[in-house]
Amino acid sequence: MYDKLWLIPFFPLLGAIINGLLGKRFIKNEKVIGAIGTGMLFLSFLVSCKYFIQLLGDSVKSHQNVIASWMSVGKLQVDWGFLLDPLSALMIMVVTGVGTLIHLYSIGYMHGEEGFYRYFSYLNLFVFSMLMLVLGNNALVMFVGWEGVGLCSYLLIGYYFEKKSAGDAAKKAFVMNRVGDFGFLLGLFTLFWALGSHGVWTINFVEITENAHLLSGDMILGASVTTVATLCFFLGATGKSAQLPLFTWLPDAMEGPTPVSALIHAATMVTAGVYMIGRMNILFAMSPTTMFVVALVGALTAIFAATIGFAQNDIKRVLAYSTVSQLGFMFVAMGVGAFTAGIFHLMTHAFFKACLFLGSGSVIHAMHHALHHAHLDDDAQDMRNMGGLRKKMPITWATFGISCLAISGLPFFSGFFSKDEILWWAFASTRGNKVIWVIVVVAAFMTAFYMFRCLYMTFYGEQKTNPKAKDHVHESPWVITLPLVVLAGLATVGGLIGIPHAIDIAHVGNKLNAFLAPVFHHSQELYKIEAHGSASTEIILMVFSVAIALAGIGFATVMYMKDPSLPGKFTAKFPTLHRVVFNKWYVDEIYDTLFVNSTKKLGIFCWKGFDVKVVDGIVNGIAKLVGALSSVLRYTQSGLFTNYALTMVLGTVVMLAIFILN
Amino acid sequence: MENLVQIALQNVNMAAILPSLVLTCFGMGLLLINVFLPRGTTRHAVWISVIGLVVTGFFVYTGWGNPQYGFNDAVANDNYTAFFSVIFLFAAGLTILMSDDYLTREGYPVSEYYPLILFATAGAMWMASGTDMLTIFLGLEVMSIALYVLAGFFRGQLRSNEAGLKYFLLGAFSTGFLLYGIALIYGVTGSTKLTEIGIYLNAHGSLLENPMTLAGLVLLSTGFLFKIAAAPFHMWTPDVYEGAPTPVTAFMSAGPKAAAFAAFLRIMEYCFFSLKPEWTAMLWVIAVLTMVIGNVIAIQQTNLKRMLAYSSIAHAGYALVGLVAANEIGYSGILFYMLAYTFMNIGAFAVLVLAGKKGEDNLTLEGFSGFGLKRPFLGVAMTVFLFSLMGLPPTAGFAGKFYIFAGAVKAGYIWLAVIGVLNSAVSLYYYLRIMVYMYFRDAEEDYAWVSLPAAAVISIVIALIGVFYLGIIPGDVMEMAKMAIF
Repeated sequence: MYDKLWLIPFFPLLGAIINGLLGKRFIKNEKVIGAIGTGMLFLSFLVSCKYFIQLLGDSVKSHQNVIASWMSVGKLQVDWGFLLDPLSALMIMVVTGVGTLIHLYSIGYMHGEEGFYRYFSYLNLFVFSMLMLVLGNNALVMFVGWEGVGLCSYLLIGYYFEKKSAGDAAKKAFVMNRVGDFGFLLGLFTLFWALGSHGVWTINFVEITENAHLLSGDMILGASVTTVATLCFFLGATGKSAQLPLFTWLPDAMEGPTPVSALIHAATMVTAGVYMIGRMNILFAMSPTTMFVVALVGALTAIFAATIGFAQNDIKRVLAYSTVSQLGFMFVAMGVGAFTAGIFHLMTHAFFKACLFLGSGSVIHAMHHALHHAHLDDDAQDMRNMGGLRKKMPITWATFGISCLAISGLPFFSGFFSKDEILWWAFASTRGNKVIWVIVVVAAFMTAFYMFRCLYMTFYGEQKTNPKAKDHVHESPWVITLPLVVLAGLATVGGLIGIPHAIDIAHVGNKLNAFLAPVFHHSQELYKIEAHGSASTEIILMVFSVAIALAGIGFATVMYMKDPSLPGKFTAKFPTLHRVVFNKWYVDEIYDTLFVNSTKKLGIFCWKGFDVKVVDGIVNGIAKLVGALSSVLRYTQSGLFTNYALTMVLGTVVMLAIFILN
Repeated sequence: MENLVQIALQNVNMAAILPSLVLTCFGMGLLLINVFLPRGTTRHAVWISVIGLVVTGFFVYTGWGNPQYGFNDAVANDNYTAFFSVIFLFAAGLTILMSDDYLTREGYPVSEYYPLILFATAGAMWMASGTDMLTIFLGLEVMSIALYVLAGFFRGQLRSNEAGLKYFLLGAFSTGFLLYGIALIYGVTGSTKLTEIGIYLNAHGSLLENPMTLAGLVLLSTGFLFKIAAAPFHMWTPDVYEGAPTPVTAFMSAGPKAAAFAAFLRIMEYCFFSLKPEWTAMLWVIAVLTMVIGNVIAIQQTNLKRMLAYSSIAHAGYALVGLVAANEIGYSGILFYMLAYTFMNIGAFAVLVLAGKKGEDNLTLEGFSGFGLKRPFLGVAMTVFLFSLMGLPPTAGFAGKFYIFAGAVKAGYIWLAVIGVLNSAVSLYYYLRIMVYMYFRDAEEDYAWVSLPAAAVISIVIALIGVFYLGIIPGDVMEMAKMAIF
């Protein structure tokens, strides 16, 4: 009985329509608007829970619910249909669950903003699109969602449209996404045509999976069809999931309200690319070339974005680059065939990154109010204006800290399990690669470092806020802190569903692996994708990765936490040593010279040099080229009747010439 | 003598032209009524015309599935004609509904405007129903002459005059090509009947290489490609579309364009099926050229009417892709696309009609700053139409492009589909710019002059329903389109 699946996307759509149509004129009351928006999503969450539990107890793991026929082209029949299997079931739980919390949070965060109804309407519409993307049983319904989330993201980034930077960021996001969408469509065409040449006209995911084996051996443009199609799909994924080289829109997307960053640009939409690969895992499994490209791009993005994270002072930008980097981890997972690990990391990342973003939002909210109260124009997002907020905002601090531990991969927080599984597969999988493993390990080290840098700069040390505003910083209301606490809880224990075999002393088993097996095992078995190695190797690697994380945290602590009382005691006893200690063993200087400065420089170079000059240069260059072509062509439009007539004659003559010469 | 009359009468079958006959009667009746009413009263003309269109629509509906041939096989009222007639009727209806307040605002409340649109529609229907070169030509001329007058309807405005004159001169020029093409084909085959020409050419293989046949085909194509506004015969389009009264532009971009496609497709399929590899190769080039030129030049435009003119060139290119595909999906895709395009493009023009000030100097990107937030209904409507023009789901434009490109892929023209998809990616840029101005720029004006007259709102709502209906459940209409093609 899965015939009410449509209710899941329906509720948020209803919420979007109610708030969108009636919000401005009739409802007006913020509480009611917020309650409708959040309540609708909560209903959807409940329905998702029902189906999730039902699926757990069901022996058949794949269910389709077709509502109506959409269109038919020849033998191709496309439906408005939904597909519930373990993969989509997990996704809808994350989307509606995290989504509900972020809606709740938004009621507090967006309080008093102009266009409150508009915000909730867009946000509901976004969740609707995301659910269409996740639940769609064929590539076209997925594409509807794919476009829809792009549109909503665009609308929400540009929410503060009076800011020019917001408008520009929205445009950039939309254009970059469209480059990706173009890849998606090309992939779809290729797949459609390739399957069609075997007499199978379908874009239904279940049927694609069943018939994918037909494509082995097919060639197009000198490469295997699956490689071409999956590379096109992967281009789509890089746009949506902000991977090299299409990632620059995501940091700019931080112009939108912070809850939007948490929901769309961390927890859900940007993971759509990962989900899509998971959905079509059989096709990717068939092409080792594409899988390698996916893993390589993911690894390079992971380390590249991490370096940039070093050089940022805007709290949201740090988190944005961190998101790009973490998405890279997920792509590495997909690329080395660790599909379960990729989806696992997607889920744990949704918890801790949403928590981090919402925590940063809580800080920004408090800072903004304090600065506003004191009539100051200081930047409420600059970490250099913060510091020492731990006492003022204890809940925010605690939850933010937990999430930092989780993202750094400390045992036994959720990030530990998911990241560790990715590292293990990168190392030991048949599609793995040691070089990629090394890159990812370095990225993991950097992650721990910059996340703790961010934590220390924000919550520890002296409060560097302008004295006039200093005392006005307060903890946020419950609608903001409650989601933080829930998410921090999930970030702590969420990893327990995927305990790796090597350390499974209590023999609870890897629940997630078993749950997702119906989706992934088929292709993993068929194409011999597995991670093999002894349990002891796995444990050694695990210890190593924990050590790496601790090292990152340690470096951050040394550099950003200075104990001010120690130097005083040493000064009297050991004057020589004092000088050294005073200068903090010169470690700061050494690190500054060796690591911080050079890394910062690298970071700045990567950011200013590569990102701005090269990537933007290419994008702008294409735009300019088209523009130039356009101005040249415009000259032909002289407005003179005789010229037009002459062109017609010439056109006819050329057509005739082509004909006769043929 | 008596014998001759009898033969002629036997072949007359009024049922074959019933819908267009009804429409013509309404048009002429309206002209007569106008004589008895004081100048400046136009409201009655709107509603009489709409009634005329609805009644005609009823007769079109009854003709579905019941093909009628008449006038010695010069006219066929088959499903193909019926499907296209529906497109023309919607184009005319939506145009008429948005026109009344516009004409008053611009200072030309002249009721002769409406019969002219009805006549143009009747001409378009003859083009679609013609199975003889001469009937098609007759329809083309009836339609064109009405359009020449409509384009120059604002006789006090220089721009409108220029539009009318340019369209007339270039239109006459292209008609010359068309007629010469007909003459050459007649010279080769000895017939003007489409089926006879096709059979004759097929039976005499040597004629297919005859330069006279090829020249005839090319000249015929020139005539129709001109009306379709395909490159390089598109140059009149921006000038005429910009200068003509906005509702007339809306009408021209949908109805007559579809009519030209109707006749062109029928001629190509009936007469020249033996030359299919040749003309698809030719149209491949034309389609690519049209898509690229339309989209690339549109990027530079700041005047919205002009931008939509180039966009309409690009859309003609997309539709031509269906003709190149030359298979069931491609052909029925053209029919579907023309209907979809009618809704989305006329809808977009209807918003422009309402947003304009007298003289329409404000219909630029700058002039649309903040429009979407100040005028939410029109803003949302425009957004929907633009999304459909971009080809995003779940709108009509997406379904249409999907069918057409699927047809091309199925026929093996992968690269053509790729070029088409690439072009729609380029087109995003300029459509998106309108939205950026509408929503992300501060409003410099309060748009107080924008009113929402009932008739125009009905027109926009119908277009919205059409865009969503064709986008969400395109299956039914696509089935009908398949039944309509040969």
